[in-house]
Amino acid sequence: MKSIAELEEIRKRTLQRINLRREDKESEVRVVVGMATCGIAAGARPVMMAFVDEIGRRHLSQVTVSQTGCIGMCRLEPMADVFLPGEEKVTYVNLDADKARRIVAEHVVNGRPVTEYTIGNAENNKQQA
Amino acid sequence: MRDISLHLMDLAQNSIAAGARLISVDLALDDNGVLTMRITDDGRGMTPEAAQRALGPFATTRTTRKVGLGLPLTQANARLTGGDLTIASAPNEGTTVTCTFYTRHIDCLPLGDLAQTIAALVAAHPDGPDIELSLTSPKGESAFGTAETRDILHPVPLDTPEVIAWITQSLREQTDVLFGGER
Ligand SMILES: Nc1ncnc2c1ncn2[C@@H]1O[C@H](COP(=O)(O)OP(=O)(O)O)[C@@H](O)[C@H]1O
Ligand SMILES: [Mg+2]
Repeated sequence: MKSIAELEEIRKRTLQRINLRREDKESEVRVVVGMATCGIAAGARPVMMAFVDEIGRRHLSQVTVSQTGCIGMCRLEPMADVFLPGEEKVTYVNLDADKARRIVAEHVVNGRPVTEYTIGNAENNKQQA
Repeated sequence: MRDISLHLMDLAQNSIAAGARLISVDLALDDNGVLTMRITDDGRGMTPEAAQRALGPFATTRTTRKVGLGLPLTQANARLTGGDLTIASAPNEGTTVTCTFYTRHIDCLPLGDLAQTIAALVAAHPDGPDIELSLTSPKGESAFGTAETRDILHPVPLDTPEVIAWITQSLREQTDVLFGGER
Protein backbone atom coordinates (compact mmCIF):
# COMPACT_ATOMS: atom_id res chain seq x y z
CA MET A 1 0.00 0.00 0.00
CA LYS A 2 1.19 3.50 -0.84
CA SER A 3 2.51 5.10 2.25
CA ILE A 4 0.28 6.34 5.02
CA ALA A 5 2.57 9.38 5.15
CA GLU A 6 1.10 10.38 1.80
CA LEU A 7 -2.38 10.27 3.30
CA GLU A 8 -1.25 12.49 6.18
CA GLU A 9 0.12 14.92 3.60
CA ILE A 10 -3.18 14.96 1.73
CA ARG A 11 -4.97 15.59 4.99
CA LYS A 12 -2.83 18.63 5.76
CA ARG A 13 -3.19 20.02 2.26
CA THR A 14 -6.97 19.67 2.13
CA LEU A 15 -7.93 20.54 5.69
CA GLN A 16 -8.67 24.22 5.07
CA ARG A 17 -10.87 23.50 2.08
CA ILE A 18 -13.36 21.26 3.85
CA ASN A 19 -14.85 24.04 5.95
CA LEU A 20 -15.73 25.98 2.83
CA ARG A 21 -17.41 22.92 1.45
CA ARG A 22 -19.45 22.13 4.55
CA GLU A 23 -20.78 25.64 5.11
CA ASP A 24 -22.61 26.17 1.89
CA LYS A 25 -25.23 23.49 1.21
CA GLU A 26 -27.38 26.03 -0.66
CA SER A 27 -24.98 26.40 -3.55
CA GLU A 28 -24.25 22.69 -3.84
CA VAL A 29 -24.30 21.13 -7.28
CA ARG A 30 -25.17 17.43 -7.46
CA VAL A 31 -24.27 14.91 -10.13
CA VAL A 32 -26.05 11.55 -9.79
CA VAL A 33 -24.89 8.66 -11.97
CA GLY A 34 -27.05 5.57 -12.62
CA MET A 35 -25.18 2.53 -11.29
CA ALA A 36 -27.45 -0.50 -11.75
CA THR A 37 -26.43 -3.60 -13.71
CA CYS A 38 -27.51 -2.07 -17.01
CA GLY A 39 -25.62 1.16 -16.28
CA ILE A 40 -22.44 -0.62 -15.17
CA ALA A 41 -22.48 -2.88 -18.24
CA ALA A 42 -22.89 0.19 -20.47
CA GLY A 43 -19.92 2.01 -18.93
CA ALA A 44 -21.22 3.96 -15.92
CA ARG A 45 -18.11 3.40 -13.78
CA PRO A 46 -15.61 5.29 -15.99
CA VAL A 47 -18.28 7.97 -16.52
CA MET A 48 -18.62 8.44 -12.79
CA MET A 49 -14.85 8.59 -12.32
CA ALA A 50 -14.52 11.11 -15.17
CA PHE A 51 -16.99 13.37 -13.30
CA VAL A 52 -15.04 12.89 -10.06
CA ASP A 53 -11.69 13.53 -11.74
CA GLU A 54 -12.76 16.58 -13.73
CA ILE A 55 -14.45 18.13 -10.68
CA GLY A 56 -11.25 17.53 -8.69
CA ARG A 57 -8.99 18.92 -11.40
CA ARG A 58 -11.01 22.13 -11.47
CA HIS A 59 -11.14 22.36 -7.66
CA LEU A 60 -14.95 22.55 -7.67
CA SER A 61 -15.49 22.02 -3.97
CA GLN A 62 -19.26 22.68 -4.15
CA VAL A 63 -20.02 19.68 -6.32
CA THR A 64 -20.88 16.19 -5.10
CA VAL A 65 -21.04 13.04 -7.22
CA SER A 66 -23.24 10.17 -6.09
CA GLN A 67 -25.02 7.20 -7.60
CA THR A 68 -28.47 5.76 -7.96
CA GLY A 69 -30.02 2.47 -9.07
CA CYS A 70 -31.94 1.45 -12.17
CA ILE A 71 -34.54 3.91 -13.41
CA GLY A 72 -35.85 1.58 -16.10
CA MET A 73 -34.37 3.09 -19.24
CA CYS A 74 -31.55 0.65 -19.80
CA ARG A 75 -31.00 1.46 -23.46
CA LEU A 76 -30.13 5.06 -22.56
CA GLU A 77 -27.41 4.13 -20.04
CA PRO A 78 -24.98 5.38 -18.92
CA MET A 79 -27.16 8.17 -17.56
CA ALA A 80 -26.62 11.01 -15.09
CA ASP A 81 -28.74 13.76 -13.55
CA VAL A 82 -27.23 17.18 -12.88
CA PHE A 83 -28.86 19.41 -10.25
CA LEU A 84 -27.88 23.08 -10.15
CA PRO A 85 -29.24 25.13 -7.25
CA GLY A 86 -32.63 26.65 -8.07
CA GLU A 87 -32.83 24.96 -11.47
CA GLU A 88 -34.63 21.99 -12.96
CA LYS A 89 -32.68 18.77 -13.08
CA VAL A 90 -31.07 17.92 -16.40
CA THR A 91 -30.89 14.24 -17.41
CA TYR A 92 -28.03 13.17 -19.66
CA VAL A 93 -28.02 9.89 -21.58
CA ASN A 94 -25.64 7.58 -23.46
CA LEU A 95 -22.68 9.12 -21.68
CA ASP A 96 -18.99 8.37 -21.89
CA ALA A 97 -16.00 9.82 -20.05
CA ASP A 98 -15.41 12.63 -22.59
CA LYS A 99 -19.05 13.69 -22.50
CA ALA A 100 -18.90 13.74 -18.69
CA ARG A 101 -15.88 16.07 -18.78
CA ARG A 102 -17.65 18.39 -21.22
CA ILE A 103 -20.74 18.49 -18.98
CA VAL A 104 -18.54 19.60 -16.07
CA ALA A 105 -16.93 22.35 -18.19
CA GLU A 106 -20.09 23.71 -19.78
CA HIS A 107 -22.94 22.91 -17.42
CA VAL A 108 -21.47 22.62 -13.94
CA VAL A 109 -18.95 25.47 -14.37
CA ASN A 110 -20.72 27.78 -16.81
CA GLY A 111 -24.36 26.88 -16.19
CA ARG A 112 -25.12 25.96 -19.80
CA PRO A 113 -26.56 22.43 -20.21
CA VAL A 114 -25.03 20.40 -23.05
CA THR A 115 -28.31 20.08 -24.94
CA GLU A 116 -27.12 17.46 -27.43
CA TYR A 117 -26.51 14.92 -24.64
CA THR A 118 -29.83 15.43 -22.84
CA ILE A 119 -32.64 12.91 -22.70
CA GLY A 120 -34.95 15.40 -24.40
CA ASN A 121 -32.63 15.56 -27.37
CA ALA A 122 -32.32 11.77 -27.54
CA GLU A 123 -36.11 11.38 -27.59
CA ASN A 124 -36.55 14.05 -30.30
CA ASN A 125 -34.02 12.33 -32.51
CA LYS A 126 -35.83 9.04 -32.06
CA GLN A 127 -39.15 10.59 -33.15
CA GLN A 128 -37.58 12.08 -36.24
CA ALA A 129 -35.90 8.84 -37.22
CA MET B 1 -20.26 -7.32 -18.52
CA ARG B 2 -16.73 -6.85 -19.82
CA ASP B 3 -14.65 -7.87 -16.81
CA ILE B 4 -14.66 -9.24 -13.29
CA SER B 5 -14.15 -5.85 -11.64
CA LEU B 6 -17.44 -4.70 -13.18
CA HIS B 7 -19.22 -7.75 -11.78
CA LEU B 8 -17.78 -6.77 -8.40
CA MET B 9 -19.12 -3.24 -8.86
CA ASP B 10 -22.54 -4.71 -9.59
CA LEU B 11 -22.54 -7.18 -6.67
CA ALA B 12 -21.45 -4.42 -4.29
CA GLN B 13 -24.52 -2.44 -5.39
CA ASN B 14 -26.67 -5.34 -4.13
CA SER B 15 -25.00 -5.07 -0.72
CA ILE B 16 -25.51 -1.31 -0.64
CA ALA B 17 -29.15 -1.73 -1.67
CA ALA B 18 -29.53 -4.28 1.16
CA GLY B 19 -28.50 -1.60 3.67
CA ALA B 20 -25.06 -3.00 4.48
CA ARG B 21 -22.86 -1.07 6.90
CA LEU B 22 -19.80 -3.16 6.10
CA ILE B 23 -18.85 -4.84 2.86
CA SER B 24 -15.85 -7.17 2.84
CA VAL B 25 -14.32 -8.03 -0.48
CA ASP B 26 -11.77 -10.84 -0.68
CA LEU B 27 -9.97 -11.65 -3.88
CA ALA B 28 -7.63 -14.59 -3.81
CA LEU B 29 -5.72 -16.07 -6.71
CA ASP B 30 -4.15 -19.46 -6.10
CA ASP B 31 -1.20 -21.25 -7.71
CA ASN B 32 -3.48 -22.92 -10.23
CA GLY B 33 -4.95 -19.66 -11.49
CA VAL B 34 -8.25 -20.08 -9.64
CA LEU B 35 -9.61 -16.70 -8.59
CA THR B 36 -12.04 -16.67 -5.69
CA MET B 37 -13.99 -13.46 -5.19
CA ARG B 38 -16.02 -13.29 -2.00
CA ILE B 39 -18.32 -10.41 -1.07
CA THR B 40 -19.69 -10.46 2.46
CA ASP B 41 -22.14 -7.88 3.77
CA ASP B 42 -24.17 -7.27 6.91
CA GLY B 43 -27.24 -6.13 5.02
CA ARG B 44 -30.79 -7.41 5.34
CA GLY B 45 -30.00 -10.81 3.86
CA MET B 46 -32.32 -13.31 2.21
CA THR B 47 -34.18 -16.48 3.08
CA PRO B 48 -32.71 -19.64 1.50
CA GLU B 49 -35.63 -19.68 -0.92
CA ALA B 50 -35.02 -16.07 -1.94
CA ALA B 51 -31.33 -16.77 -2.42
CA GLN B 52 -32.22 -19.76 -4.60
CA ARG B 53 -34.66 -17.67 -6.61
CA ALA B 54 -32.12 -14.88 -7.04
CA LEU B 55 -30.05 -17.21 -9.18
CA GLY B 56 -32.92 -17.88 -11.53
CA PRO B 57 -33.14 -15.15 -14.15
CA PHE B 58 -36.47 -13.80 -12.89
CA ALA B 59 -35.83 -12.59 -9.37
CA THR B 60 -35.68 -9.00 -8.26
CA THR B 61 -37.13 -6.91 -5.47
CA ARG B 62 -36.77 -3.85 -7.64
CA THR B 63 -39.92 -2.40 -9.12
CA THR B 64 -38.51 -0.75 -12.23
CA ARG B 65 -37.82 -3.95 -14.11
CA LYS B 66 -39.26 -7.40 -13.59
CA VAL B 67 -36.13 -9.51 -13.93
CA GLY B 68 -33.02 -9.47 -11.83
CA LEU B 69 -29.85 -9.70 -13.83
CA GLY B 70 -26.71 -9.19 -11.85
CA LEU B 71 -26.39 -12.49 -9.98
CA PRO B 72 -27.43 -14.80 -12.86
CA LEU B 73 -25.10 -12.93 -15.21
CA THR B 74 -22.13 -13.23 -12.89
CA GLN B 75 -22.91 -16.89 -12.29
CA ALA B 76 -23.05 -17.54 -16.03
CA ASN B 77 -19.65 -15.91 -16.55
CA ALA B 78 -18.13 -17.89 -13.66
CA ARG B 79 -19.60 -21.16 -14.98
CA LEU B 80 -18.22 -20.50 -18.46
CA THR B 81 -14.76 -20.98 -16.95
CA GLY B 82 -15.71 -24.07 -14.94
CA GLY B 83 -16.28 -22.02 -11.80
CA ASP B 84 -19.53 -21.01 -10.09
CA LEU B 85 -21.34 -18.47 -7.96
CA THR B 86 -22.94 -19.44 -4.68
CA ILE B 87 -24.94 -17.46 -2.13
CA ALA B 88 -24.98 -17.95 1.63
CA SER B 89 -27.46 -15.66 3.31
CA ALA B 90 -29.67 -15.29 6.36
CA PRO B 91 -32.40 -12.71 6.93
CA ASN B 92 -31.22 -9.80 9.12
CA GLU B 93 -27.71 -11.22 9.27
CA GLY B 94 -26.20 -10.67 5.88
CA THR B 95 -25.08 -12.27 2.69
CA THR B 96 -21.95 -13.86 1.31
CA VAL B 97 -21.62 -14.23 -2.43
CA THR B 98 -18.70 -16.42 -3.53
CA CYS B 99 -17.56 -16.56 -7.13
CA THR B 100 -14.83 -18.73 -8.56
CA PHE B 101 -13.23 -18.08 -11.92
CA TYR B 102 -10.71 -20.38 -13.58
CA THR B 103 -8.57 -17.60 -14.99
CA ARG B 104 -6.59 -19.88 -17.30
CA HIS B 105 -9.77 -20.96 -19.07
CA ILE B 106 -10.03 -19.34 -22.49
CA ASP B 107 -13.50 -17.94 -21.72
CA CYS B 108 -12.49 -16.23 -18.48
CA LEU B 109 -13.09 -12.50 -18.39
CA PRO B 110 -10.11 -10.29 -17.55
CA LEU B 111 -9.88 -8.99 -14.00
CA GLY B 112 -10.36 -5.40 -15.17
CA ASP B 113 -9.78 -2.22 -13.21
CA LEU B 114 -10.32 -3.34 -9.65
CA ALA B 115 -8.87 -0.09 -8.32
CA GLN B 116 -11.47 1.97 -10.15
CA THR B 117 -14.28 -0.20 -8.82
CA ILE B 118 -13.21 0.37 -5.22
CA ALA B 119 -12.51 4.08 -5.82
CA ALA B 120 -15.94 4.54 -7.42
CA LEU B 121 -17.67 2.84 -4.50
CA VAL B 122 -15.82 5.06 -2.02
CA ALA B 123 -16.43 8.24 -4.04
CA ALA B 124 -20.16 7.59 -4.22
CA HIS B 125 -20.49 6.54 -0.55
CA PRO B 126 -17.90 8.51 1.44
CA ASP B 127 -19.80 8.04 4.70
CA GLY B 128 -20.27 4.32 4.36
CA PRO B 129 -20.89 1.47 4.04
CA ASP B 130 -17.32 0.70 4.99
CA ILE B 131 -15.33 -1.41 2.59
CA GLU B 132 -12.67 -3.89 3.61
CA LEU B 133 -10.63 -5.17 0.72
CA SER B 134 -8.21 -8.05 0.98
CA LEU B 135 -6.08 -9.21 -1.94
CA THR B 136 -4.07 -12.42 -2.06
CA SER B 137 -2.03 -14.05 -4.79
CA PRO B 138 1.05 -16.29 -5.01
CA LYS B 139 3.01 -13.04 -5.15
CA GLY B 140 1.83 -11.75 -1.78
CA GLU B 141 -1.09 -10.04 -0.15
CA SER B 142 -2.39 -6.62 0.75
CA ALA B 143 -5.37 -4.98 2.38
CA PHE B 144 -7.25 -1.71 2.29
CA GLY B 145 -10.03 -0.47 4.55
CA THR B 146 -12.14 2.67 4.44
CA ALA B 147 -12.55 2.77 8.23
CA GLU B 148 -8.80 3.16 8.89
CA THR B 149 -8.42 5.55 5.98
CA ARG B 150 -11.27 7.69 7.28
CA ASP B 151 -9.66 7.76 10.75
CA ILE B 152 -6.33 8.93 9.39
CA LEU B 153 -7.97 11.64 7.29
CA HIS B 154 -10.47 12.91 9.83
CA PRO B 155 -12.09 15.41 9.37
CA VAL B 156 -11.20 15.38 5.68
CA PRO B 157 -13.88 13.29 3.93
CA LEU B 158 -13.06 10.23 1.82
CA ASP B 159 -14.58 11.73 -1.31
CA THR B 160 -12.00 14.52 -1.42
CA PRO B 161 -10.58 14.32 -4.98
CA GLU B 162 -6.97 13.90 -3.79
CA VAL B 163 -8.05 11.01 -1.57
CA ILE B 164 -9.93 9.25 -4.36
CA ALA B 165 -6.85 9.66 -6.57
CA TRP B 166 -4.65 8.24 -3.81
CA ILE B 167 -6.92 5.22 -3.35
CA THR B 168 -6.99 4.59 -7.11
CA GLN B 169 -3.22 4.83 -7.50
CA SER B 170 -2.30 2.78 -4.48
CA LEU B 171 -4.75 0.00 -5.34
CA ARG B 172 -3.51 0.00 -8.92
CA GLU B 173 0.04 -0.51 -7.70
CA GLN B 174 -1.10 -3.38 -5.51
CA THR B 175 -3.20 -5.13 -8.13
CA ASP B 176 -0.39 -4.79 -10.70
CA VAL B 177 2.02 -6.48 -8.32
CA LEU B 178 -0.36 -9.22 -7.19
CA PHE B 179 -2.39 -9.99 -10.30
CA GLY B 180 -0.24 -8.39 -13.00
CA GLY B 181 0.97 -11.55 -14.74
CA GLU B 182 -2.35 -13.33 -14.71
CA ARG B 183 -4.66 -11.11 -16.91
N1 LIG C 1 -26.27 -8.84 -0.93
C1 LIG C 1 -27.62 -9.00 -0.95
N2 LIG C 1 -28.35 -8.84 0.17
C2 LIG C 1 -29.69 -8.99 0.15
N3 LIG C 1 -30.41 -9.29 -0.96
C3 LIG C 1 -29.75 -9.46 -2.11
C4 LIG C 1 -28.32 -9.34 -2.18
N4 LIG C 1 -27.93 -9.58 -3.45
C5 LIG C 1 -29.05 -9.84 -4.15
N5 LIG C 1 -30.16 -9.76 -3.35
C6 LIG C 1 -31.56 -10.00 -3.77
O1 LIG C 1 -31.55 -10.70 -5.00
C7 LIG C 1 -32.23 -9.97 -6.02
C8 LIG C 1 -31.58 -10.18 -7.37
O2 LIG C 1 -30.29 -9.57 -7.43
P1 LIG C 1 -29.65 -9.24 -8.83
O3 LIG C 1 -29.56 -10.49 -9.65
O4 LIG C 1 -28.37 -8.52 -8.61
O5 LIG C 1 -30.71 -8.31 -9.56
P2 LIG C 1 -31.13 -6.80 -9.18
O6 LIG C 1 -30.03 -6.23 -8.32
O7 LIG C 1 -31.21 -6.13 -10.51
O8 LIG C 1 -32.45 -6.89 -8.47
C9 LIG C 1 -32.19 -8.52 -5.53
O9 LIG C 1 -33.27 -7.78 -6.04
C10 LIG C 1 -32.29 -8.71 -4.02
O10 LIG C 1 -33.63 -8.87 -3.61
MG1 LIG D 1 -27.99 -6.42 -8.63
